[in-house]
Amino acid sequence: MLRPRITPCLLVHNGGLVKTVNFSNPKYVGDPINAVKIFNEKEVDEIIVVDIDASVHESQPDYVLIRNLAAECRMPLCYGGGVKTVDQIEEIISLGVEKVAISSAAIGNPDLIAEAATVVGSQSIVVVMDVKKVKSRESYELFIYNGRKGTGLNPVEFAKTAEQLGAGELVINSIDCDGLMKGYDLELAKQVRDATNLPITVLGGAGSLKDIAALIEAFGVVGAAAGSLFVFKGSFRAVLINYPSRSEKDALVPHVLQAIV
Amino acid sequence: MITIFDYGVGNIQALANIYKRLNIAVRIARTVEELAGAERLILPGVGAFDWAMARLEKSGMRGVLDDLVLSKGRPVLGICVGMQMMAKRSEEGSREGLGWIDAEVRKFERAVPSQRAYLPHMGWNDVEPRSQEGLFRDIGATGRFYFLHSYYVAPKDQSMIHAVTDYGRAFASSVRSGNIYGVQFHPEKSHQWGIQMLKNFAEL
Repeated sequence: MLRPRITPCLLVHNGGLVKTVNFSNPKYVGDPINAVKIFNEKEVDEIIVVDIDASVHESQPDYVLIRNLAAECRMPLCYGGGVKTVDQIEEIISLGVEKVAISSAAIGNPDLIAEAATVVGSQSIVVVMDVKKVKSRESYELFIYNGRKGTGLNPVEFAKTAEQLGAGELVINSIDCDGLMKGYDLELAKQVRDATNLPITVLGGAGSLKDIAALIEAFGVVGAAAGSLFVFKGSFRAVLINYPSRSEKDALVPHVLQAIV
Repeated sequence: MITIFDYGVGNIQALANIYKRLNIAVRIARTVEELAGAERLILPGVGAFDWAMARLEKSGMRGVLDDLVLSKGRPVLGICVGMQMMAKRSEEGSREGLGWIDAEVRKFERAVPSQRAYLPHMGWNDVEPRSQEGLFRDIGATGRFYFLHSYYVAPKDQSMIHAVTDYGRAFASSVRSGNIYGVQFHPEKSHQWGIQMLKNFAEL
């Protein structure tokens, strides 16, 4: 039985790990390599590391950091941040990273998805969609540059485009829910889920294992990603890296899922 | 001594780190000289079939590799695309594979949402070995391993199938033909199941 993936998502800013709220107010939570070592011990399903400086500063990905992360990870690693070209994607994959996340560059130039998939394979191309709800229209809008710039694009339509072009996974990241720890935007996830046959990973808002259980209940085999949940403990948001044990994870998988592939 | 063939594809360092932690001697081979003496060889792989094959051919070490595996009979473990390259050809590309095993690489049928079998096959799935010996010693009747692929190896001779996994259909998640072993999943990214398997490979 293929299992849902429960995935810590770590943000890198000024060389350290941070956690944001609504994509703002980064709070320092530790050293990236040290965090990976702890997550190794906790046997996490996979891990996403996003360099939130690289795309905004228009800088090259930090290949030294990526190489060190890939060597340390005993679980699959998805790297994102500042990735704009096929050459960069090739370089990152050759450093031992399993998946490369592209966002702003893929939205600005969707052909990048197709070109990258041809070279390194669809399974390694993850398209991240940072999404904000447009309250006046009861719809969603895709944002780029760490949520700073709206695109006017609808994430559901872009999800279809990304699939056609050869993406291997979609990460749906709710800017509205980021850091609030009050649950995922299940409506947003549902709209994207219904529109594609790609594996999806939902990020933004998980505050407890109950939120993850609700996501798995709704979508079955799905990626449940979270930042705050796995780096903070308690109402005062004390930094403490944590992750469910194997038995806690198994308890999150509903029986309906265990009966199917 | 384990030799990891580095032709610029796959997670060399993660494999090497696991062997170092296990206190098993490991060497990364980037030249003909380093490769030629390999006692046990790991052929890693990620990415698209043609891309990985092109890099392997470009390394200029194809001849040494064939000699080690086909003439000298040294144990070799292909991982993910490394396993797929051992086959004759792949539906993913137009290049010829290494042809070490009589098999073709096929794409999973179109994803069937009603079965929730989306493509790629991504995540942790059960691996059921036909024999709990060799590569699968001390892993149990079912191991959990990490998969990331849309293509699978279909051997002509069913007896080559070493382990099966279900994803919409049963497929060969591991094959064995004499000294040639392949795993579709990533043992270097599969926590203690993978570590046990890599240890087993060193002790075959």
